[in-house]
Amino acid sequence: MAKGVKPRVKVPKTAAAGDVITIKTLISHKMESGVRKDGDGNVIPRSIINRFVADFNGQNVIDVTLEPAISTNPYFQFDAVVPEAGEFKFTWYDDDGSVYETSKKIKIA
Amino acid sequence: MEFKTLLTSVAIIAFSAGVVSAQEDAILAIEGEVISTSAKAPAFADNLDTVYSGWLFRKNETRSLQTDDFDNPAFVFVDQGIDLFEKVDGTEGKACASCHEDVEDFAGLRPTMPRVEGGTLVTMENLVNECRTERMGAEPWKYSGGQMTSVTALIGLQSRGMSVNVAVDGDAAPFFDRGKDLYYQRVGQLDMACSNCHEDNYGTMIRADHLSQGNINGFPTYRLKNAKLNSAHARFKGCMSNIRATPFKEGGDEFKALELYLAARGNGLSVETPSVRN
Repeated sequence: MAKGVKPRVKVPKTAAAGDVITIKTLISHKMESGVRKDGDGNVIPRSIINRFVADFNGQNVIDVTLEPAISTNPYFQFDAVVPEAGEFKFTWYDDDGSVYETSKKIKIA
Repeated sequence: MEFKTLLTSVAIIAFSAGVVSAQEDAILAIEGEVISTSAKAPAFADNLDTVYSGWLFRKNETRSLQTDDFDNPAFVFVDQGIDLFEKVDGTEGKACASCHEDVEDFAGLRPTMPRVEGGTLVTMENLVNECRTERMGAEPWKYSGGQMTSVTALIGLQSRGMSVNVAVDGDAAPFFDRGKDLYYQRVGQLDMACSNCHEDNYGTMIRADHLSQGNINGFPTYRLKNAKLNSAHARFKGCMSNIRATPFKEGGDEFKALELYLAARGNGLSVETPSVRN
């Protein structure tokens, strides 16, 4: 498992129904591309986050495929419409099979 | 052709002189909290009327990164600092958090550093390493290493928005004088002193760089250039290499004295740790 992986998300705590809100996500990850070589000339194996998914109350909001050219600590910012109170769930899939999850609740004001 | 070149350079000079004045009225609000980016220069800074934070000398894109803690890339490292703060290390089986229960207790420490303790000048890094070796029985961290800057950024963050207020009299006076001498001492192949850029020419461009006053109220700072936190001493080292001088040692007496002098020049500015610069 890649070391020091920590997801961070920023979602407003409240929104009006039907509002478009901005969500920011960042996961600290080294995103080793798989084309670099170490001091002895051996290829350092690829180790990246290959997929990022955000869901709201079970409904998919965004589903992203990541490629090796994406640099360290991938950051995503996107907009979402909030029809009702509920919970955003964010999931990152690592090459090594690890899955990192975090979630944020949002209220209707 | 020569005339045309001349005209262009005149235009560049006129433009760069205008940049600093246009920036003076920008307001820095971090997470909605406004913090001051200029202050009246201390009396000993003979050639300055006002001291400005380095934030004012950066472009809008860089500035805006610092206004939101989520967008500020330094917070990835502050998070690592939180983990390190709680991590048990060394023969005593202690973590930082074993004694310092709440990291917020460090509010107010950063603005007073470096300070004199028992006749020696100590920096934040010295305090951290003293705790590690004396109380935790652990190996000291590298002076500007990733672990050290993460923890010093975490501690400094607790004082964000407070005014820098470093003591320069009493015990600190000899160190302050030494720092001042170093600041005005020309060194290296280019024969330049700190003051030549940061006092005589701040606000102008040195090739692609916009010269700031070299205040250290935002250190450790995240630099876009190397995508990590940088200690003040690492920055001094970079400056010295640029003027083709042999840098002093990080954590050495020279840099500590210079850090005291520079911190004192910025007395009255707000702590911005961890800032974002290019």
